[in-house]
Amino acid sequence: MKKIAMILIVLGATLGVALAAKADPAHDLKAFQGYFLKKFPGVKLSSYHDGLYALPQAKEERAEWEQIMVFPPYELGLEKGKEFWNKNHLASCFRNGGKGVAAHYPYWDARAKEVRTIVNDINSCLVKKGMKPIKNLKSGTMAQTVAYMKSLSNGYRVHINVSAPGMRKMYEEGKKFFWAKRGQLNFACADCHVHAAGMHIGGNVLGPALGHGTGFPVYRSKWGKLGTLHWRYMGCNKQVRAKPFKPQSKQYKALQVYETYMDTGIPLKVPGQRG
Amino acid sequence: MARPIRIKTRRIGGETELLAMVTHPMDTGRVKNKKTGKLIPAHYIEKFEFAINGKVVASANLGPAVSKNAMVGVKVRGAKAGDTVTVSWNDNKKESGSKSQPIR
Repeated sequence: MKKIAMILIVLGATLGVALAAKADPAHDLKAFQGYFLKKFPGVKLSSYHDGLYALPQAKEERAEWEQIMVFPPYELGLEKGKEFWNKNHLASCFRNGGKGVAAHYPYWDARAKEVRTIVNDINSCLVKKGMKPIKNLKSGTMAQTVAYMKSLSNGYRVHINVSAPGMRKMYEEGKKFFWAKRGQLNFACADCHVHAAGMHIGGNVLGPALGHGTGFPVYRSKWGKLGTLHWRYMGCNKQVRAKPFKPQSKQYKALQVYETYMDTGIPLKVPGQRG
Repeated sequence: MARPIRIKTRRIGGETELLAMVTHPMDTGRVKNKKTGKLIPAHYIEKFEFAINGKVVASANLGPAVSKNAMVGVKVRGAKAGDTVTVSWNDNKKESGSKSQPIR
């Protein structure tokens, strides 16, 4: 009895120490990526920008996706994004004309004291040039233009800086959002995209959370057009019967910061094609 | 404004696969416009043809059952790199289009 008690106390102390160990983003990243690399041994980190199609459980879905990719449905939308980008000289608002920069979004704007996304920066660019900001942040012109801008960074590996206190706070809020249960169905993002990644929900294979956003904006067959990351966040929240937040809301920006940091090292592949 | 046509050719064994996609609404005529409540009139491709060096090698009658942005593919023998493939289509509203491309 005493021996068992001793063992339990020692175990408890070890675990307790481990849990109390300071969790920081770098530590989170190693654990997060390690989990997926272990769960899907044949899948390289760089393949995770293909979402569910990277997983061996999605062989049939992948075959269908490869058929669709013969004529990528996003081509027209991407062209429109390129036209809008060029017509309004948006390149002048971004470092290096926007090339290679998307891999470092979102970033912390110390002066404005907020997280800035590509959507935010495109709209402020338009305002700076005396034009009206785009209102629809889910699909249409904004989605097409973000897609084009991000495509200028295809192949560049995700790398964002979360060291600023304000950014770190957003990271922690995003992390809490990702792992918290929500909605009538009481699901967390993690439930489907971490624990059940590779399993089926209805007729679909659940994609891994690792890589989330690296293919966005994405052409979803269900949407029939290009759409933004925050629009997808809204859909996912509605699917678990939780009230969705607005695109570019603080909650979704925080979630985006967390997910993007977890994608560190994955090359961008925009636009993606899903479904 | 001509409807965009995209053509892809690839060699598979001894055959050449010709794939073409036309950006076209392919409306059946049975769908209602959500805003006006009126039926969207039928507008679909009727004939879709592939020709190699001017000679028709395949002809397809599409119709309203084919979905938006129709993609049609055929496999042919005897096509060589450098031959010209021409894709042409016409629809029920008397619109038409065509595009030529060399086979790789």
